[in-house]
Amino acid sequence: MKKENSMKLMLKLFSTFFKIGLFSFGGGYAMIPLIEKEIVDKRGWVAKDEIVDVLAVAQSTPGAVAVNSATAVGYKIAGFKGAVASTFGVAVPSFTIIITIAAFFSRFKDYVVVKSAFSGIGAAVVALIVTAAISVSKNSIKDRVDILVASITFLLVAFLKVNPIFLIIGGALLGGATYFFRILKLKKRRDEYESY
Amino acid sequence: MSLIKLLITFFKIGAFSFGGGYAMIPIIQREIEKNCWLSVKEFVDIIGIAGMTPGPIAVNSATFVGFKVNGILGALFSSFGIMVPSFICVVIIFKYFNKFKDHELNLLIFKGIKSVVVGLISSAAISVSKTSLLKGFSDPNYWGNFITAPLKAVNIAGLIIAIFSLVMLIKYKLHPILVILSSAVLGILSACIV
Repeated sequence: MKKENSMKLMLKLFSTFFKIGLFSFGGGYAMIPLIEKEIVDKRGWVAKDEIVDVLAVAQSTPGAVAVNSATAVGYKIAGFKGAVASTFGVAVPSFTIIITIAAFFSRFKDYVVVKSAFSGIGAAVVALIVTAAISVSKNSIKDRVDILVASITFLLVAFLKVNPIFLIIGGALLGGATYFFRILKLKKRRDEYESY
Repeated sequence: MSLIKLLITFFKIGAFSFGGGYAMIPIIQREIEKNCWLSVKEFVDIIGIAGMTPGPIAVNSATFVGFKVNGILGALFSSFGIMVPSFICVVIIFKYFNKFKDHELNLLIFKGIKSVVVGLISSAAISVSKTSLLKGFSDPNYWGNFITAPLKAVNIAGLIIAIFSLVMLIKYKLHPILVILSSAVLGILSACIV
């Protein structure tokens, strides 16, 4: 990538994530449809099935899901500098809004108009998260094991309040175990073949 | 001195909180009490506002707490502190991920994680629904109330807005920003009607 283009790309990343940050109500998951629309459909920076891998990485690290997603997508598109540009972009709007509210409108959330607007947004957040679940499962759920893992996770987290990190580690271990099982099977088959 | 303290405290919170958002709040609360930064009432107000405004709730509350303790500089230091650990983690994991992108072990590990993520997103839909689509879910006798007076236990306007948004997003592929803006307008309208 050329130098002058790279500066332009950083600005574009910053402004795209600024826009995403400004409308990221309801946290990291509700933001997924917005990221897909801006990064995949509009800009074509990342392919649709790749974005799920990127978001999975963002999920498996500590910290806020929304910030991690911005860092991960930025890194994927333009390396370390891209990660810095998009992380700043996603953080600046909420930072500014919070400072403004803290300084001037400490009674902000008691206004009736604000309350009713946010109850509407809260309902839309449910729809955004359902949309995210559908679109991510299209790219992630390929066989019966995937369905089983997703359902177990859902039940444990939604109803038994298990900490998500244990399930992420569990999912990774399951993948690792499958790999070593396959290697062992291959080796056994080769040994049998050699013994003939 | 208090700026460094804010930076270190929120760095620690950022480094050890998996699952984001509401999982981080009890940890933030413990640190605030330990340092006597804010009263409990102030903290509850902050969480309310941090959850409503755009952006991650954990970062928003860090910004807010930092501002209350030490003005703009305090807000900068605590926001920076809470974001840096995850930034470093994501960059390191991605370096590994890109290097071994096509290795079978890597693919299988991410196959497992991706299925877990689908389950996590679905469970987030349930937990958000409890506050946006139901009324008085925190009442221990919620399901009893639900059976005796189901219309009072469900947020009808919210349910309609959620279904409307879902159709707009999935069927008509409307931009999520437009869906959010129209849901805010519908929320205000429904408050005028009721």
